[in-house]
Amino acid sequence: MVTEKDVEHIAELADIGINTGELGTFTHQFNAILDYFDVLDQVKGDTTVTRDLTNIMREDVVEPSLSRDEVLKNAAAQEDGFIKAPRVM
Amino acid sequence: MEAHELSFEPDDRYNAFLAVCKKAPCGKGKLAGIAVAVKDNISTKGIETTCASKILKGYIPPYDAHAVELLRHAGAAIVGKTNMDEFGMGTTTENSAFGPTLNPCDTSRVPGGSSGGSAAAVAGNMVRMALGTDTGGSIRCPAAFCGIVGLKPTYGRVSRYGLIAYANSLEQIGPMGRTVSDVSTLLQVIAGKDRHDSTSYDRPYTHTPVADVKGLKIGIPGEYFGGGVDPKVAGVVKTAISRLEELGATTVPCSIPSMKFALAAYYVTCTCEASSNLARFDGVRYGPAADTKKSWHDAYKEVRKAGFGTEVRRRIMLGTFALSSGYYGKYYTKAQVARENVKADFARLFSEVDLLAGPTMPTIAFRLKEKSDPLSMYLSDILTVPANLAGIPAISVPCGKADGMPVGLQIMGRPFEDECVIDAAYAYEQAVK
Amino acid sequence: MMSEDQVIVGLEVHCQLDTKSKLFCGCSTDYRSDGPNTHVCPVCLGLPGAMPVLNKRSIEYAMKVAKALNCTVLHESEFSRKNYFYPDLNKAYQITQYDKPLAEGGYLEIESDEGGERRIRLTRIHVEEDPGRLVHMGNAERGKYSLVDYNRAGIPLIEIVSEPDMRSPKEARKFLNKLRATLEYLSVFDSEKEGSLRVDANISIKGNERVEVKNITSYKGVEKALTFEVTRQKNLIRRGQRIERETRHFIESTGITQSSRSKEQEHDYRYFPEPDLRPLHVQSWMEGIVLPELPDARRERFVAQYGCSLNHARTLTGELKLANFFEHVVAADPKGLSTLAATWIADTLIGELNYRSMNLESVDAPGFTELIGILKSGILTDKSGIDVLRVMLDQRMNHQSCETSAAIVDRLKLRKVTSVTLEKSLTYEIVPNPILTAITEVLTEQPGAVDDFMKGKKGAFNFLVGQVMKKTRGCADPGELNRMLVEALKKKEV
Repeated sequence: MVTEKDVEHIAELADIGINTGELGTFTHQFNAILDYFDVLDQVKGDTTVTRDLTNIMREDVVEPSLSRDEVLKNAAAQEDGFIKAPRVM
Repeated sequence: MEAHELSFEPDDRYNAFLAVCKKAPCGKGKLAGIAVAVKDNISTKGIETTCASKILKGYIPPYDAHAVELLRHAGAAIVGKTNMDEFGMGTTTENSAFGPTLNPCDTSRVPGGSSGGSAAAVAGNMVRMALGTDTGGSIRCPAAFCGIVGLKPTYGRVSRYGLIAYANSLEQIGPMGRTVSDVSTLLQVIAGKDRHDSTSYDRPYTHTPVADVKGLKIGIPGEYFGGGVDPKVAGVVKTAISRLEELGATTVPCSIPSMKFALAAYYVTCTCEASSNLARFDGVRYGPAADTKKSWHDAYKEVRKAGFGTEVRRRIMLGTFALSSGYYGKYYTKAQVARENVKADFARLFSEVDLLAGPTMPTIAFRLKEKSDPLSMYLSDILTVPANLAGIPAISVPCGKADGMPVGLQIMGRPFEDECVIDAAYAYEQAVK
Repeated sequence: MMSEDQVIVGLEVHCQLDTKSKLFCGCSTDYRSDGPNTHVCPVCLGLPGAMPVLNKRSIEYAMKVAKALNCTVLHESEFSRKNYFYPDLNKAYQITQYDKPLAEGGYLEIESDEGGERRIRLTRIHVEEDPGRLVHMGNAERGKYSLVDYNRAGIPLIEIVSEPDMRSPKEARKFLNKLRATLEYLSVFDSEKEGSLRVDANISIKGNERVEVKNITSYKGVEKALTFEVTRQKNLIRRGQRIERETRHFIESTGITQSSRSKEQEHDYRYFPEPDLRPLHVQSWMEGIVLPELPDARRERFVAQYGCSLNHARTLTGELKLANFFEHVVAADPKGLSTLAATWIADTLIGELNYRSMNLESVDAPGFTELIGILKSGILTDKSGIDVLRVMLDQRMNHQSCETSAAIVDRLKLRKVTSVTLEKSLTYEIVPNPILTAITEVLTEQPGAVDDFMKGKKGAFNFLVGQVMKKTRGCADPGELNRMLVEALKKKEV
């Protein structure tokens, strides 16, 4: 059982905004889905994942980068070749 | 390469396209001059690529996905980008930020998803073939609902480079067309090793379909005809399977016990991966701007709330929860163990049979807005997700109608035996033509 | 030496590996002299759909380090995603290694504070990508924002995690210096590249909570930050306060650490295996790795081969370039020059370089070798030798045309003035004995001091020595000056 408070916490952890109006629905749906996921409790063993391709690497060779125009083209805001972002700290 | 242009001005009454290239360049090669539609989660250089999400509105990739590059080399005309469930998260193509796509067979119904736009473009005769992507059935479901052919290749057979990731360990780009032979041709072009995708295998596909199933042993898993499957759909598929028997295949009943865990394992895995994959959409490098007057976390949160639809936010939260400390072992780890069980079940079955067959979807196409509850929508993926968990090839080929709507026959095969899967589908298709 | 307030330090050291291309894409790592966002591609910009492909050399380099540090490379290692949201983190996750690192265990030996060697155990070594770089802009009135440069994003890093085996800030510095030297000897790391090393330090006073200090970006900073923390924590304990388990940031400019609030503690990185990369099975590569001579071996060789003192050998081999420079200087005459060269490089040259913020590359090696030769011949006082060296370095620093050591000696008339070497001018000029001339002059000019000397005032002699030295501009050989002055004064007495 997750509570609305749990869902709020998850939204905070995911850094995904949530409206208080959505909380009830999300919580209800999460509980239904997580109940369904509980079937996994019956899974036995701890088999490690088998992955057959190993050591996939490339040689240390320099290849062309994008032009700065291409790099900045999709950025919403830029300044002196930098990409502008909201302040951190 | 001689360059031409293909004029493309479709009557898109089904809202299949998000972007259309009225003058699409094309060249010589295997697909010379053929109009190919590309799902909007596959990067196309110079053509807006949004994943049907507001968060990527205006994003124009500076590079082509490997599969797209191969299409261009083969002379194909990339005529447009097709609608989809946002980031591939859905089974109906209703979760598009740009409106749902309608099913060409019945416009009151969904085309299936998430590659619904590609399916509708093909089924509506707007293009001959299209690229879709299949994470948990997203090629096969709309193929079944719209009455076309769609293949999810073996994991690693087609490069994912340039496919905007939703769930990396599950998804593949694959071909969709009106005939098995078109699907096969498209696979010839896009399959093979790509040095930019560390998970791709050096297994090119050079096969031409052969209509022959003589001597093949086909397993019929009981789980594919169980409780949730519409008896009418089951009936149509059973008839199709007897047709394969008439063509010389033998069938044996079999069981996939791990099916019990498959859907949960699938949804845990894909939401976990998605929660990480979709975190990069922050409005800094691309997409609608983050407000630089705000602090980083406030701006980030705001961009994501405004940019992602409800289903995407729901899955991001589910995945975040399933990976969070204290829950990782219960969800992520267990899902991976369950996934290994599914793989093991398939490996066991494929030591006894050559192919597995059953319905692609438990029902015919839903009516628009019919699936409003997320869990009930997830449950409709039950027959398609096992192939993604196991990484095996699976095709959906039209096999008749139920209540006037197309039904898909799903055929699954051993890893890298896409050829065998295609041959069986081709044999069936030719026989009922 | 267990005491009540014993300091316990563990380090996490992040070093950029000196590969040509980035860890997961082909962009060049040589970005420092170029503008922002010029070494960026879909992969390291985190464009949707781009996928990482691992640079083989970065793994080879990391394994070289693992072998040199006596670590065990795991049979299977893999990359994981560390999820956190920051604008300089191109994909909103860092590809790093989590529960299956490349290597575990190992150790590094350092000189302990009491002399002798101390073994610092290592926990693990793993490979990861560097994030981009943020520049903070604006001000409170006009609004603050950040600027991002992704050139650094995707540069390969190794993180070397030590056990909490260090017992003082000084030991931490020694560990770091030794580590740096080892990485340089392996040719996998260039410590002179700005920002090529970053350190997080865990520090506690025995029996108390541990504090993590992040963001230390210089070698000196480590000792500074830890010294600050030791004082801060001890003061808290003395006042009977509890030390909180927390993360603090080091402020390089002020030398203090600052609490970075609670949010950091709650970080849940939600690690999971990177699905776009395949596991590594590289244990068997270890056999094929041939290590070069490492600092410890070279130090021992310097003692044995050149007769260096242990301290000199330690200093000289503590940096690859310094060790190479030393061997270059003494190459022509190892027997004759090594003691002098060791002293001059270790005790003088390093200090003069640091004073000028110059590095060894800007020293004219042939010029320096010539200087050591001149010093060896005995015609310069140590003080004059330093003058010549300073002129040499200043000319280099100011990009002036550079004279040879001999030319500087002659131009400044620095030859040690003795009756013996008098005729042996470097340029073979005959000059009168300047010491004698100076003594004669001084004795005439300073009759009072001479008088005092005669009356037995010891200070007067020293005063006269000083006066003569002044007249010879410091070039007089002190022994000779003494002898000659005594003689001259004797003559006066008579």
